[in-house]
Amino acid sequence: MTTPVLSVQDLTVEFVTRRATLRALDRVSFEIGPGEVLGVVGESGAGKSVTGAAVIGLVDPPGRIAGGEVRLSGERIDNLPAEQLRRVRGKRIGMIFQDPLTSLNPLFRIGDQLVETITTHTDLSASAARQRALALLTEVGISAPERRIDSYPHQFSGGMRQRVVIALALCAEPELVIADEPTTALDVSVQAQIITVLKRLCRDHGTAVMLVTHDMGVIGETADRVAVMYAGRVIEVGAVTDVVRHPLHPYAQGLMGAIPTLADTAERLASIPGSMPRLSAIPPGCPFNPRCPYAYAPCTTIRPELKPPGLRAPAVPGRKVACHLYDPALAPEAAAA
Amino acid sequence: MLAFLVRRVLQAAGVFLAVGIIAFTMFRFVGDPVNQIVSIDTPYAERLAVRQSLGLDDPVPVQILRYLGRALGGDFGISYQFRQPVSALFAERLPATLELALCATVFALGLGVLFGVVSALRRGTALASALNALSLVGISLPTFLIGILLIYVFSETFRLLPSFGRGDVVRVGGWTTGFLTPSGLKALVLPSITLGLFQLTLVMRLVRAEMLEVLRTDYIRFARARGLRSRTIHFRHALKNTLIPVITIAGLQLGSLIAFAIITETVFQWPGMGALFLQAVQNVDIPIMAAYLLLVAGIFVVINLTVDILYTVVDPRLHVAGATGG
Repeated sequence: MTTPVLSVQDLTVEFVTRRATLRALDRVSFEIGPGEVLGVVGESGAGKSVTGAAVIGLVDPPGRIAGGEVRLSGERIDNLPAEQLRRVRGKRIGMIFQDPLTSLNPLFRIGDQLVETITTHTDLSASAARQRALALLTEVGISAPERRIDSYPHQFSGGMRQRVVIALALCAEPELVIADEPTTALDVSVQAQIITVLKRLCRDHGTAVMLVTHDMGVIGETADRVAVMYAGRVIEVGAVTDVVRHPLHPYAQGLMGAIPTLADTAERLASIPGSMPRLSAIPPGCPFNPRCPYAYAPCTTIRPELKPPGLRAPAVPGRKVACHLYDPALAPEAAAA
Repeated sequence: MLAFLVRRVLQAAGVFLAVGIIAFTMFRFVGDPVNQIVSIDTPYAERLAVRQSLGLDDPVPVQILRYLGRALGGDFGISYQFRQPVSALFAERLPATLELALCATVFALGLGVLFGVVSALRRGTALASALNALSLVGISLPTFLIGILLIYVFSETFRLLPSFGRGDVVRVGGWTTGFLTPSGLKALVLPSITLGLFQLTLVMRLVRAEMLEVLRTDYIRFARARGLRSRTIHFRHALKNTLIPVITIAGLQLGSLIAFAIITETVFQWPGMGALFLQAVQNVDIPIMAAYLLLVAGIFVVINLTVDILYTVVDPRLHVAGATGG
């Protein structure tokens, strides 16, 4: 088996506040293979963005990584000194943020921002970096880059700015790109274009992608595998077709059931009753148990681990779920027997 | 840009006219200048002659028009107390004030920006707390007290720096400068600190607040995610974004430094405009006071114009034309 580009093991992120220590990520584990696109889905506050930030070491205080490890191509990066971690950021892991309108520094020409990023991470001269910036702008679909490179961010539309952001994320040929809701702030008509550009570039460069989103449509079109997060935990992971068509975890089932289809004639959209617990009040056991239609005794006491299903579902490589229903030792029929 | 400049020049003319009229009218109420010029036992007829020679018995509008007309030609009248043209007096005093204001500004801006950035970046450390405490002192102590304290410590106790005057000055063309002699430079130190300290703390607090704001923005996060060096992020990307309000305040403050260096100049017996103005007030020397007000108005107009132009240099979004696409 090849070394995964990104391997996250039991990553735990805590926010220390005056009243309590809040656990934003609780032993999150997942892997991304070379050139693979992993979609990370979940409701707002499930910990998707924090995961992305934690991977590149940009969790803002008072948040901190409290445990676990992050490996980039087998090399541990979560405990690197700040200066070495900085060299990883931008060079080996590119990042794309949600809002292209605020991601670019308004006072600097986009060419300057590209060139400074390129020269920071490579040995290219300023003029060679500019050539590379022009090539990148062409690649992300900005026409007449010679005319546009000296423009300021405000002279671009939202979609165009996100293209520039993608160019910035890819300018040092990183192994991995973390795209944190790259289309959420954009016009619906532009979203598809941006996803297409991102997909094409990452395929061309062999870049792996961690695509954080709550747009299941984007996941379905783009991702190879998908990880579902809930209350700071990964509760299900697997190939995108499996997870979208046959979700195992009751929460994932609810999430997928909530996607309206064209054939749908229902008056009301399906929804999961209740709402995600606040970080300060995550129930013991499975965090989903108060909303789960199948909840039974162990769900309120024992935390389900993320592991391949042993019951009720075919064993597919790479498929994992954190639910007692699929655990031969804890499932209701095991208790009855 | 040209239309902008023309509009601003017209505005400036309006400001001058208003200030000129207000100044002239106001100073008619500060006292009778004739009393200051003649001695107590001067006969009435002679007083009338003096009054007439100064043009003080003409109707007020006539006096104003005459004054403004002459002022346009650079003639601000003759000082009552010195019997010299006001313009000559100003030319003699202005270099002292401008050099002092320049040093104070460099001191205030240089250290203010630096301290502001440091206290924002090192938030919560002892250094930042010390700087904040210093800024509180600077912002709350009155200028004259700072001046007196500095004189006490550096001139009286340690005898390091002079406590008054400009030291030796060199005349370059019509300009007397203290920058070229050791004693001139030494003499600048204490007054500059005194004059600049308040501005320093103001700039520092402003830069700190703006920095804290900017450091939270997405583009700074993105700059971090791009792996840029901290120095680049802090001093290039963040600092430039704090500059707009700093330029505004610094501009206005520079105006105040030049115009209202009165207290500092008095404490250090600095032979500048402030001291001249104070003397003029005591002696009801209306030509000097009126010209001083006009000069101050001029300084503010010029500074505001410069600030407006600097805005567009710093922030490309403020260019009037140039946006291509949305």
